Amino acid sequence: MSGWLQLALLVAVVVALTPLLGGYMARVFAGERVLLSPLLGPVERLLLRAMRVRRDEDGPVGQDWKAYGRSVLLFSFASWLVLYALLRLQSVLPGAPKDMGAMPWDVTFNTASSFVTNTNWQYYGGETTLSSVSQMTGLAVQNFVSAAVGIVVLIAVVRGIAARGGDPSSRRFGSLGNFWVDLVRAVLYVLLPISFLGALVFVSQGALQTLGGETTLNTLAGGTQTLVRGPVASQEAIKLLGTNGGGYFNVNSAMPFENPTAFSNFLSMVLVLAIPAALTATYGRMVGNRRQGWAIFGAMAVMFVALAVVLSLAEQHGSPAQHAAGLATASFDGSTGGNLVGKEQRFGISGSALFNTVTTVTSTGAVNSAMESLTGLGGLVPMTGMGSSEVIFGGVGSGLYGMLLFVVLAVFVGGLMVGRTPELHGKKIEAREIKLAMLGALYMPLTVLTMTALAVGTDHGKVSNAAGGPQGFSEALYASLSQGNNNGSAFAGYTGFVQPNGNNDGAFGITFADLLGGVAMLVVRFFPILVVLALAGSLARKRPAPTGPGTLRTDSPTFVVLLIGVIVLVGALTFFPAFLLGPVVQSLTGHLY
Amino acid sequence: MTEGPDTATAAPEGRRRSEARLLDPEILRPALVQSLVKLDPRVQVRNPVMFVVELGAVVTTGIWIAQATGLSANDGALGAGGGNGGQPAWFAFVVALWLWLTVVFANVAEALAEGRGKAQADALRAMRTETTARLKDGGEKAAGDLRPGDVVVVDAGEVIPGDGTVVEGIASVDESAITGESAPVIREAGGDRSAVTGGTRVLSDRILVEITQEPGGSFLDRMIALVEGAARRKTPNEVALGILLAGLSIVFLVVTVTLRPFVDFAGSTVSTTTLIALLVALIPTTIGALLSAIGIAGMDRLVRRNVLALSGRAVEASGDVDVLLLDKTGTITLGNRQAAAFLPMPGVGEEELAHVAALASVADETPEGRSIVTLARESFAFDPDDATRGGHLEFVPFTAQTRMSGVDVEDLQGAVRSVRKGAGDAVIRWVEESGSGGVPEGLRAALDHVAGEGGTPLAVADGGRVLGVVYLKDVVKPGMRERFDRLRAMGIRTIMVTGDNRLTAAKIGEEAGVDDVLAEATPERKLALIKEQQEGGRLVAMTGDGTNDAPALAQADVGVAMNTGTQAAREAGNMVDLDSDPTKLIEIVEVGKQLLITRGALTTFSIANDIAKYFAILPAIFAGTWSTTHPTDPAPLASSAVGAAEGPLARLNLMDLGTPESAIISAIVFNAIVIPLLVPIALRGVRYRPLGANALLRRNMLVYGLGGIVAPFVGIKAIDLVVHGVLGA
Repeated sequence: MSGWLQLALLVAVVVALTPLLGGYMARVFAGERVLLSPLLGPVERLLLRAMRVRRDEDGPVGQDWKAYGRSVLLFSFASWLVLYALLRLQSVLPGAPKDMGAMPWDVTFNTASSFVTNTNWQYYGGETTLSSVSQMTGLAVQNFVSAAVGIVVLIAVVRGIAARGGDPSSRRFGSLGNFWVDLVRAVLYVLLPISFLGALVFVSQGALQTLGGETTLNTLAGGTQTLVRGPVASQEAIKLLGTNGGGYFNVNSAMPFENPTAFSNFLSMVLVLAIPAALTATYGRMVGNRRQGWAIFGAMAVMFVALAVVLSLAEQHGSPAQHAAGLATASFDGSTGGNLVGKEQRFGISGSALFNTVTTVTSTGAVNSAMESLTGLGGLVPMTGMGSSEVIFGGVGSGLYGMLLFVVLAVFVGGLMVGRTPELHGKKIEAREIKLAMLGALYMPLTVLTMTALAVGTDHGKVSNAAGGPQGFSEALYASLSQGNNNGSAFAGYTGFVQPNGNNDGAFGITFADLLGGVAMLVVRFFPILVVLALAGSLARKRPAPTGPGTLRTDSPTFVVLLIGVIVLVGALTFFPAFLLGPVVQSLTGHLY
Repeated sequence: MTEGPDTATAAPEGRRRSEARLLDPEILRPALVQSLVKLDPRVQVRNPVMFVVELGAVVTTGIWIAQATGLSANDGALGAGGGNGGQPAWFAFVVALWLWLTVVFANVAEALAEGRGKAQADALRAMRTETTARLKDGGEKAAGDLRPGDVVVVDAGEVIPGDGTVVEGIASVDESAITGESAPVIREAGGDRSAVTGGTRVLSDRILVEITQEPGGSFLDRMIALVEGAARRKTPNEVALGILLAGLSIVFLVVTVTLRPFVDFAGSTVSTTTLIALLVALIPTTIGALLSAIGIAGMDRLVRRNVLALSGRAVEASGDVDVLLLDKTGTITLGNRQAAAFLPMPGVGEEELAHVAALASVADETPEGRSIVTLARESFAFDPDDATRGGHLEFVPFTAQTRMSGVDVEDLQGAVRSVRKGAGDAVIRWVEESGSGGVPEGLRAALDHVAGEGGTPLAVADGGRVLGVVYLKDVVKPGMRERFDRLRAMGIRTIMVTGDNRLTAAKIGEEAGVDDVLAEATPERKLALIKEQQEGGRLVAMTGDGTNDAPALAQADVGVAMNTGTQAAREAGNMVDLDSDPTKLIEIVEVGKQLLITRGALTTFSIANDIAKYFAILPAIFAGTWSTTHPTDPAPLASSAVGAAEGPLARLNLMDLGTPESAIISAIVFNAIVIPLLVPIALRGVRYRPLGANALLRRNMLVYGLGGIVAPFVGIKAIDLVVHGVLGA
């Protein structure tokens, strides 16, 4: 019961936050003055001068889609190089514990790709592999800027959609804004202030925030235990707000130092959903139709709630294997019952089920319980969240621009069915737009299915596979889905890094898995970014037609149903066979293989 | 432009005829032959979806031949262990057969659509007899060698050798060969009726025609190419849809290719034949097979309505039209004004006014004049013979100077009585000049009143006395308001274009139910209006016939030229209406919308079908995966499905299909026969209802989306009952 209340409360808080934060972001990216301008304005100007952003009399010089895309790639490539160097050199940089070595090159390749692409897939254990300097100056920085890249790409795309065409000879024709200006604003005005407040709340709840290094305790049994400490709370807030998900500790949000209380658990979910949800309102405002923002929000919310309910029910019910083994899964006084394997008892079934739905429909990938211990049907939920191309809220920015690709496809099919050349906000969707939307929708299934086939079908891939049977298949599929959608959560089992001694002595990466995953993360991040920017560039040059009764409305409940139908159908048709062989089998049989 | 509306009654008859001919053996037989000719891979490669099917057919045929000749005992994975292994030898044969049939069915659909146009093209070709043209300056030339600028002489009884403009003379011409209209039409030099078409016959008189066509580029040639589909190029929307379908095919290709390692990992095998069957079942073959048939049939439907679209792009654009410009005269109103009321001055009886007005009109043969006489006769028993008995009538015709007409009646005593009707100020001047009587008080008010109502006032005077005003009214054609309501429901605004003053135009516009009017229109203002609408992102359609319409026709996104119009207009527009019916635009728009709806509906249907196909084929493939004999396993729901080695996924055989082989075969048989079953929808088009976009979307999503999910479950089960139950597969 309290589980459903928590879901209802979460939806209510997100609904309330969406127009506020969405409107704020619309003002920030329009360059308007906001509350924080007096404080941050000088910093912003300083940064932009340092970056040598060119200005003309109308403000910073705009970029067309190609220039914007080039800037995204340039910035991300530089970030990648810095992060790679940091992780490889951490043992000679200050702040590393004396027995901590450099990360192996292949795991570093995977990790650098992971954090620059906002994925935060972790083939390593944070506290045993990375120094606090690596975490703070490497990963946390990427948590900010990779999230900012996602947001600004979306803003550029929406600018293209909202553009009124106009005079082809004008300097602003086809402009999507200026990447560097947007990037600075996203970090300064959106991510930093909210993370700052969030970190304070986390500290108030008991999350760790110290540069004091590790501490040694004497245990009751008389032994000693080394506790790794670090600046956790500050990294935690942006981990969630930026839909990053990479935990300071290996067990992520199940760790009391990261996620101390039921309240911090709830706050975590709000932080994760805040920006992806609010961007729908930003979109609505920027295209001058707030209903449009709510329509997209509605489609996302319906799918999110459905998945959360399924996961909750599945975990409450338990698995056929548990029933077959005669384990009690019914609730009784003092226990919720259900499948409690791998659950953090502080959060129980509902707190875990909801948290994991939130972090897998968004591309956060933070977890507060063991995903590999989910029931078959329960495990299907995070896979579905990712298999839908991470558009159910999704990553900051990336969720909505991915969703807009599906909107284009839905508009095309729906437009045909009402007998008009399909239009999005009055702009005709023609061969070029469909080509781009299909490219954008295709890359993900192609990547994930190919990766899974290599993981389960080649000797190089099978090395990483710890388990056999349907569980082993699910683990390989999950690793591909997670890296292939920039999510970052893991079903465990499928590994790219082996650490025999709890530190890096004797540790080795599994090169094939590291490279395969690293390349996949880079492809699924930057290929669609270029595709949506090209789409926006194409739409920016089109003159919108006024809407009339014969035009397909994209802000109606009917369209929301069509949009959901397209997303579900594309996802289902792509992954149905793979889902059957993994999670579905486990929900059909009690056999453990 | 007086003929036209009548043809509306002829059209439904024509449509009935075309439907009856859907399975005409004369079209079906060559279509079957064509369907085999089109198996040529060079033809198929233009349609990626069907090309994949053909490749699949080739590979499975190879597998069957290899098995039958003993070159290979199986197709690689066959026979290795449980699950899908050990498929019987006939399986590859049956799959190959149905894949070939899938391609053939698609070809039949396309050939049927082309065949319907071909019959019409043959009739047209028969007209293109080789005539010899007589040049004006003596000499002769074969009709096929005529070049633009040649002037030819055509006498009564001769066939006009090529498209051109009448430069001298007037003639009645039989154009039934291209329009189907048997009544001859007048063609004359100058004005808006100067265009003649090669192949038509002069019935009377003699005309000089200046040829305007290049050799081989005549109207007739283009028409033949169009109805045959030879000139068909993919329209922009077809290209976009083609990309969508190709993209989906690529996804499904990856889904099937990656399935083999998945199944291997799960401890079973899947044969190449089965994977190909799955691929063909998943890719959107239904819409892929019918796509070009839908396009050809759309053009054909226009031809059947006597409209020639000069490009498929124009037909598609007509579905997107936002604004429709319609000429008032002849389109919205009957060509002529009609007397509607007599408004007498104080002290004058209505009957007296009626009689005098009618007397002034007895000799007036204009439609307005006749309508005054008619109204007077019907309302006040006016008898022209009675009125003029015993007098001598002298007709005073209308001139641009007097702007009046009437009669002078000389009675037996020799007294002359002058009655006049005409423009208000002209009659007032006439009365004032004659000096007798004066202008009654209420006259100005009555004249203004009529003008304010959108009518044309005619003052009537008898000698020096003004008796009253005749109210001439523009009569809106019956049914116009309903048509405009229908257009509005489609999302199309209508703008009436007229040379009338604003007040009159606004009144008539209101009466007809148009959304806006352009008053005091000139060709320049018309062009400016189109450009202004286009600036706002709207698509504009218009009809026109005169040479001065040509710039506007060319500027409009959809310009429908009347066949009776000038050659310039016919060249400028992108469609020609052979019936010269300006309201035909409504039907053209409907055909354009129908074209897109049919594509969208069948695409949705095709993709929605995949769910059921998955439920038929995947349990068959996965039956042997993760097999176990664990004692706690629940009993399979389907008792018959697979042998002892069946795994938990065999329970997903929701349709309870007999065997894995019959399940796969049933799915591809359904996939194939749904193509011919949907041919009637493809050729006739999904019915368009002007419901508004939202309601239309809901309806089509329900019928083709939900229907597309449910229908194959029923169909595949039914086929399985035959394949497994009767044939024993």
